[in-house]
Amino acid sequence: MTVTNAEPRFESVPAVREGLAGVNYLADEGIAGVVYLADRLQKPVLIEGPAGTGKTQLAKSIAELTGSRLIRLQCYEGLDESKALYEWNYKKQLLRIQVERNEDDKATWTDIEEDIFAEDFLLTRPLLEAIRATDPVVLLIDEVDRVEVETEALLLEILSDYQVSIPELGTVQATQVPLVFLTSNNTRELSEALKRRCLYLHLDYPDLAREKEIVLARVPGITENLADQIARVVRSIRQLELKKAPSVSETIDWARTLLLLGATEISEAQATETLHILLKYQSDIEKAAKELSAAAS
Amino acid sequence: MLDVLEGFIQELRTAGLPVSLTENLDAMEAVQHIPMEDREAFKYALAATLVKSHAHWKAFETVFEVYFSLRRPAPGDEADLENDVDAGNLQLDESGAAGAGAMDSLSPEELAEMLYRALLNADEATLKALARQAVTRFAGMEPGRPVGGTYYLYRTLRNLDLDGVLERLMEASKEQAGGELTSLEERLERDEYQERIAQLRQEIEAEIRRRLVADRGPEAMARTLRKPLPEDVDFMHASRDEMAQLRRTIQPLARKLAVRLARKRRHGRKGPLDFRNTMRHSLSYGGVPAEPKFRYPRPAKPEIIVVADISGSVAAFARFTLMFVYAIASQFSRVRAFVFIDGIDEVTRFFEGTEDVNQAVHRVNTEADVIWVDGHSDYGHAFQVFWEKWGREVSPKSSVILLGDARNNYHSSQAWIVKELQQRARHVYWLNPEPRSYWDTGDSIVSEYGAHCDGVYECRNLRQLERFVEQLG
Ligand SMILES: Nc1ncnc2c1ncn2[C@@H]1O[C@H](COP(=O)(O)OP(=O)(O)OP(=O)(O)O)[C@@H](O)[C@H]1O
Ligand SMILES: [Mg+2]
Repeated sequence: MTVTNAEPRFESVPAVREGLAGVNYLADEGIAGVVYLADRLQKPVLIEGPAGTGKTQLAKSIAELTGSRLIRLQCYEGLDESKALYEWNYKKQLLRIQVERNEDDKATWTDIEEDIFAEDFLLTRPLLEAIRATDPVVLLIDEVDRVEVETEALLLEILSDYQVSIPELGTVQATQVPLVFLTSNNTRELSEALKRRCLYLHLDYPDLAREKEIVLARVPGITENLADQIARVVRSIRQLELKKAPSVSETIDWARTLLLLGATEISEAQATETLHILLKYQSDIEKAAKELSAAAS
Repeated sequence: MLDVLEGFIQELRTAGLPVSLTENLDAMEAVQHIPMEDREAFKYALAATLVKSHAHWKAFETVFEVYFSLRRPAPGDEADLENDVDAGNLQLDESGAAGAGAMDSLSPEELAEMLYRALLNADEATLKALARQAVTRFAGMEPGRPVGGTYYLYRTLRNLDLDGVLERLMEASKEQAGGELTSLEERLERDEYQERIAQLRQEIEAEIRRRLVADRGPEAMARTLRKPLPEDVDFMHASRDEMAQLRRTIQPLARKLAVRLARKRRHGRKGPLDFRNTMRHSLSYGGVPAEPKFRYPRPAKPEIIVVADISGSVAAFARFTLMFVYAIASQFSRVRAFVFIDGIDEVTRFFEGTEDVNQAVHRVNTEADVIWVDGHSDYGHAFQVFWEKWGREVSPKSSVILLGDARNNYHSSQAWIVKELQQRARHVYWLNPEPRSYWDTGDSIVSEYGAHCDGVYECRNLRQLERFVEQLG
């Protein structure tokens, strides 16, 4: 059986964009376009990009927008099948075996086996949970680059066929196609097999206008003028050659700080004093401080 | 539509992008869902199916512009530009754009004033129309003329004097602020105007490209624009833009490699049985040692000694290699760097105690003491001094990497030193940025040195450099 989704979730690309704005996620045409396409083609989206640019948040916001439950698989080195897909509850199985032995001496091993490899003894983990869900879900496979290449193979069946094979039970097929997002911080090259199954979205730092909108949406109480200045200073800093450019979440933190300090405009002194919130490396901070206070050439 | 797509994908493949059959099919399905008029969404959707690595985005974008730029409806005008194009008309229709019809009759001064105002007010529609007008007026494009786009761009920009306009805009900002701007304000204003000017430039480039495509057809145009992917850019012939691009690529690449190396060290082969650990775990099996535990050998991190020729022709290569090696310095117990031309100097001090590798490399180029007689490479002399001064510090823990084209200007080679080094060190490698076919031609004596190395590698681009460094860790 192949799954076919009756209803597409979004009417148009602009509808995705506006919908996301409604839940305080500011997307551009590109982001909205890929999400729209993912829904129409029923394909997972692989999101790559620098840290703190809204990769994880996009999945969360789509869940919110579509009224879906977010199921999250956080990846880490050493993640395996029993944590990602399913596991047999062996304690419960052991108990059952003992009970059956005591109750009825004639129970054959085949009977017992049939008994204990059943639904009741299955512990579902995020991937299987997403496949079996009957309510609308968004599946987020976060930081997939952290698992070893070999572990990626666990994901392939789900990503292309929306199904999970359990040797003792057979194949579990999704009754609906969930929206699936994978994020990666690009610490290693993902396998071709994985990439082929996904649509690819590179989330970069937003442009000036979008960053300002993000600040306005995420930092209640901030003025338009201050948000604008913040976005400008951040844009300027990102143009420097730094070890690590400020991320969107750092922009937001900085905005919150400035608001707390009661700033209505950003002076040079204030900018330099709070740079450590935007930048994490001492050498970057020094460089930016020097640049911001040096008379422009 | 589908045949345009076919040509488009063909060109992507020719440009080196690995587009699989599945991806090809996905792209064909994608275009059924997103109308081309949603320009950005269309472009991203197509990219989402075809480009699975950000490093290939630029190549994709260029090909996209060539294949789809003619299919964009003019602003405010639903008619497809293709009609004009089919007629072989190089001067594309300008009607429909804001105020464009009237622009033809403007005097140069009026046009300049209009440009200034449009930039001041960030008036996008007018800027677009101005870009078209500027190309019509100044580029002097003629059908069939075998001239590249940069030539037309240059002619157009020369007439617009954008530097002058920028200064005028800055003056206006100062005036508006009542005379003076703080340096932060000045910086932010300048950034903003520069951004607007950059957009205008892009608009002009796009317009020129559109007309060239109209004249020559997308295939021919794509062929002239084809460029190597970043990982394949030749160090020795990189343009300034490509250099900047390479510098940006190095950090993420190095980060990835560092993670891989660290993992490799952790997950090396299983070592001997760890008795204590096994016993400890056996407690949960009622004392049965059911789960044997092993000691993981932690191979010692190697020490790296880089000895690099930094004379003119190979300087860029040395720079990138130093950047790269220092970007993953944490994967080695220590990295020492020596640079030479005909004299040699240790430059490790520039890198230690700073996080800023770019800055350190800059200091290497300006402060290192590498000239002995005439500033022409003399490998023999440089190696000899190295051997006398630092040779004793090379140990069985060291991997020595010699960098250069081994073009020794017919000096004596002193290859015996490399042989000595090989005996002392764990490994000696040679990286040569020249194509293999040039080795040992003219004054290149790489084989003379290579005879005493554990490996001699062609290292012309990031791809090859990365591959080499990976096997070091
Ligand atoms: N487009 C956006 N609209 C609204 N908020 C955003 C947007 N992009 C980023 N943010 C904000 O930035 C924060 C960081 O985003 P998120 O955690 O999704 O980043 P990430 O890309 O997943 O980072 P990492 O790679 O570190 O996991 C979010 O909590 C959100 O508040
Ligand atoms: Mg995240």
